[in-house]
Amino acid sequence: MEIFFQQVVSGLATGGIYGSVALALVMIYQATDVVNYAQGEMAMFSTYLAWTLLNAGVPYWWAFFGTLVISFVGGVLLERIVIRPVENKPILTIVIVCIGLLVILNSVAGWIYSYIQKPFPSPFPPKPIILGTVVFGTHDLGAIGVTLVVLAFLYAFFRFTTLGLAMRAAAQNPMSSRLCGIRVGWMLAIGWGLAAMVGAVAGMMVAPIVFLDPNMMAGILIYAFASATLGGFTSPGGAVLGGLIVGVIENLVGTYVHFIGTELKLTVALALILIVLVFKPSGLFGRAAVHRV
Amino acid sequence: MALLEVRGLQAQYGWTKVLHGIDFDVQEGGITTILGANGAGKTTTLRAVCGMVRTSGDIRFAGNRIAGRSTEDVVRLGIAHAPEGRGTFVNLTVEENLRLGAYVRGGGADVTRDLERVYGYFPVLAQRKKQTGGTLSGGEQQMLAVARALMLRPRLLLLDEPSLGLAPLVVREIFRIVQTINREERVSVLLVEQNASVALGLANHAYLMETGRVVTSGPAAELRQNDAIRRAYLGY
Repeated sequence: MEIFFQQVVSGLATGGIYGSVALALVMIYQATDVVNYAQGEMAMFSTYLAWTLLNAGVPYWWAFFGTLVISFVGGVLLERIVIRPVENKPILTIVIVCIGLLVILNSVAGWIYSYIQKPFPSPFPPKPIILGTVVFGTHDLGAIGVTLVVLAFLYAFFRFTTLGLAMRAAAQNPMSSRLCGIRVGWMLAIGWGLAAMVGAVAGMMVAPIVFLDPNMMAGILIYAFASATLGGFTSPGGAVLGGLIVGVIENLVGTYVHFIGTELKLTVALALILIVLVFKPSGLFGRAAVHRV
Repeated sequence: MALLEVRGLQAQYGWTKVLHGIDFDVQEGGITTILGANGAGKTTTLRAVCGMVRTSGDIRFAGNRIAGRSTEDVVRLGIAHAPEGRGTFVNLTVEENLRLGAYVRGGGADVTRDLERVYGYFPVLAQRKKQTGGTLSGGEQQMLAVARALMLRPRLLLLDEPSLGLAPLVVREIFRIVQTINREERVSVLLVEQNASVALGLANHAYLMETGRVVTSGPAAELRQNDAIRRAYLGY
């Protein structure tokens, strides 16, 4: 039973990370109707920027928020420069551009920073919290907390601000949005900026666990896809909850189903994607578009 | 000087020319209608005014050249367009749909007051304000389109076939409200219609289009008496 609880707790911890990357994916999907395959590499790149700032002696939280600002600007620029020219092309074109972006960011990071793993600090104290026999890592708890704060911030932004409303409108019905005076192109760019920010948070929370290297997000991105698919690509809250569920399932299946162990864990994520797509394509909390014909 | 002056307007989709140089005016405070059958170029004319299609020719709004400007900029000058197909944001609530109409005006107490004002014109929208736009009936979505356009506080309101696919009673209701808005708020209206009898009953001035050209124009009362128009469009 202790093993069970411990596995659930550490599953929630990794799940929080999957959830935050999933949140970034959902952000871009909601703002632009595109699934951004380069999301993981954007997060990795942002984390290297944070590492550079920290190495230059900037205090942690200054570096943290500085990275968020730079990531936002970087995301906006990426959209304007790389995505804009293919904005009205078929979806496959955009997907391929995103994959190209993934490869480029990965190589550029490797070229600048090398492929040697680097330690990345956690802002939370190293002493774990022990309840009975179950150990809670403070970084794990902190990471989940940070993810929930980001989620709450995004929820408030999209629900209660005029800009958030305009972004949702632009994603849904660009033509009608223009007739309301909304500059649709800029809404898409801001969507990319926000997603880059959310990704940066995820990267800075992942790096203390997996160490910083250009490939650190590769596996996590697949778990994030599973999380977003499970929770629903149209539901930010669902994506985070999906992340937590995926984290726990992954750990429990790895522990109790012997032939899976640690080697086949990633397969669990892929199987989950398949099962959700077959039985409930809109995910647990996503909504299928309502149309009245 | 007319509020909207259009001279020699041409428009094309790809290689197909849809408007072959049309002229028309919309007088400040009036209701002008453009009549014509399917494919006459009525919708394209409205889209051209809003910068939604590539055009040549001159379009002036309150004396300023607006041809070639982006849709977003034209809207900021005070031209609201309730488009063909109604343009509903199907996944947003009715109230969010309306707030988007006032997007260029920013938020604030002003917008909240205007929400109450359009709910006054369209009480059914007030009842449905928490529902998503996609769940409304066709008539309700048309009301939403007009109401959203009004949230801009426009000087000129463009209406694209508001009667299309609606029951006669609903059509009468919508036109009655358009008339009220025109009279009480001094909003000028450019109405594009196939339903000539309703449109001529409402408008001061009318233009008749056929295959991308204006073939007749005049005061609405005169066009109602025109034998050719009566036979072709009014059916008596």
